Amino acid sequence: MSLWEYANPVKFLRLSERVLPVLWVLAAASVGTGLIWGFFFTPDERLQGSTVKILFLHVPAALMAINAWFMMLVASLIWLIRRHHVSALAAKSAAPVGVVFTLIALVTGAIWGQPIWGTWWVWDPRLTSFLILFLFYLGYIALWEAIEDPDTAADLTSVLCLVGSVFAVLSRYAVQFWNQGLHQGTSVPVATGERSVADVFWQPLLISMIGFGLLFLALVLYRTGTEIRIRRTAALLARTGARG
Amino acid sequence: MSLNVTDLTIARGGLPVLNGLSFALDPGQALILRGPNGSGKTTLLRTIAGLQPALSGTIDAGEDQIAYAAHSDGLKAMLSVTENLQFWADVFGQNDIEPALRAFDLTTLQDRLAGTLSAGQKRRLGLARLLVTGRPVWVLDEPTVSLDTASVALFADAVRVHLGQGGMALIATHIDLGLDEAAILDVTPFAAKPEARFGASDEAFL
Amino acid sequence: MNALLIRDLRLAVRAGGGLGLGLAFFLIVAVLVPFAVGANTDLLSRIAPGVLWIGALLACLLSLDRILALDFEDGTLDLLATAPVPLEAALSIKALAHWITTGLPLVLAAPILGVLMSLPPQGYLWLVVSLLLGTPALSVIGTFGAALTVGIKRGGLLLSLLVLPLYAPTLIFGAEAARRGAAGADVSTPMLLMAGISAGVIALMPFASAAALRINLR
Repeated sequence: MSLWEYANPVKFLRLSERVLPVLWVLAAASVGTGLIWGFFFTPDERLQGSTVKILFLHVPAALMAINAWFMMLVASLIWLIRRHHVSALAAKSAAPVGVVFTLIALVTGAIWGQPIWGTWWVWDPRLTSFLILFLFYLGYIALWEAIEDPDTAADLTSVLCLVGSVFAVLSRYAVQFWNQGLHQGTSVPVATGERSVADVFWQPLLISMIGFGLLFLALVLYRTGTEIRIRRTAALLARTGARG
Repeated sequence: MSLNVTDLTIARGGLPVLNGLSFALDPGQALILRGPNGSGKTTLLRTIAGLQPALSGTIDAGEDQIAYAAHSDGLKAMLSVTENLQFWADVFGQNDIEPALRAFDLTTLQDRLAGTLSAGQKRRLGLARLLVTGRPVWVLDEPTVSLDTASVALFADAVRVHLGQGGMALIATHIDLGLDEAAILDVTPFAAKPEARFGASDEAFL
Repeated sequence: MNALLIRDLRLAVRAGGGLGLGLAFFLIVAVLVPFAVGANTDLLSRIAPGVLWIGALLACLLSLDRILALDFEDGTLDLLATAPVPLEAALSIKALAHWITTGLPLVLAAPILGVLMSLPPQGYLWLVVSLLLGTPALSVIGTFGAALTVGIKRGGLLLSLLVLPLYAPTLIFGAEAARRGAAGADVSTPMLLMAGISAGVIALMPFASAAALRINLR
């Protein structure tokens, strides 16, 4: 019994139908617990007050924004090497979820930055990298939308994902370099993600991060199921259409 | 050197169109493909030319033996007849374009820009390209579109000379080229059944 | 090989529009920016390297879809794919032809536009050097974008959307080098990093471009 058996779309559908209800409940429970605990049952931070609590939304979203792209990269590689349709469709399904997480990370970052830094936006390396990641997501999704033949689209978007990943990493380093070059000794603090977090914040944050991970998994499974059904309908129609 | 196609199954837009197709072409032979529109002749020729993968079966033609010509000739309107032809000769590592110009009666047109040629003249230039490839297997998709009777005869002569030199030709066409020596293959009986799978790209979803 | 380069150059010269269009666009950007930000010489000289880099980048972007679209429509790419030339090499040549007809004129025009933008005297050399080393990367990355979108009707806008994020690292290092040059600072780090990116994409990108083009020709 090999893992690759679930690369068969029909088998995958059957499995995901069994797993999804459990996954939805777990995701809802852990996101709910993490956020409610984080928002209402943690103390205000010494310097930032209650504004720090957006951390419970911001950090998990940012984490999943990057992980979603990473998952797309792995799925694209599997498609290019082993030609498993589920893999290509999972990558396609993950992109809109990833783009929403990126947007949440950017917007919550801006809302958080406003009171702390006194501005909605600074060209901090981290923020800039996320903006570039957002653009990569948009291009990837647009390419999927633009190509009619699904296998051609899967191939081309996979190639784009591979090349895009290399350039995303390059951009990350370029941006770090660029920002240093622009404002040396800046007073703008690095986004709080890297700061060591006290235990009272860490526990709900961890639950929230797990919750966002489960939510991502559930959304991708659900969307992949939809994509599989679309392809299956088209495949069946193509054959009956040819007969009539 | 010959072209051997064995038990070939091909797909268009992910759906199988022809399956179980086999034929062989030896030096000096020509094969004419027939079949109604949409029967998969173009797909078959593109597959044999190596532009798209077959679903199953083998195409054995050796390395770099096939010259492919289709509806569009790859001509540039802003280049002259000679420049167009010389370009393809250079790409295929050949030098002499004179015989090709003569064979398709293009000598008097050689300094004209390709954009100013008539449709039939362009087609002749496109076919002359075959002669400068120096390749033995011609794979031609409707080569006589927009040619008049005299030009069709020119084309048939060129094919005959090519076959005489040990070349081969695989031609999809509806009209009678006057190539009596050519065998005829009707692809209709090989049409894939609608419920056919044969490893089509969407097979996994059924 | 040479035949393809000569043909592409000849076509660019004869077809008109291709060669001068990018340059004219570059000029217009350099004229419009002072209209937008004001004629303050200090301000202009400070933003000049960046504006000239952005202008060159956009002018380069403008002609990307011509690299492959016309050859796709008239069947040339099908025939090239069956020719004894590796597609990777053919695409490298096409990128080179694009650079000679678009990138190189921009590099040569940049000092003249630098005058319009009040670029400080010490900035000219480094502006030209950074563009000279950076624009080839723009052409090669652009060829990849063109190969991805060649089968899509009206893919021009999509091409820009796909290519612009890929341009980010080159732009960051290139403009930084030009800016440091204009400020009289040491340019070597960004310049070397950008040259590294250029060398890397010239060596590796054609394989990705050829893979994408093969998928599109299928």
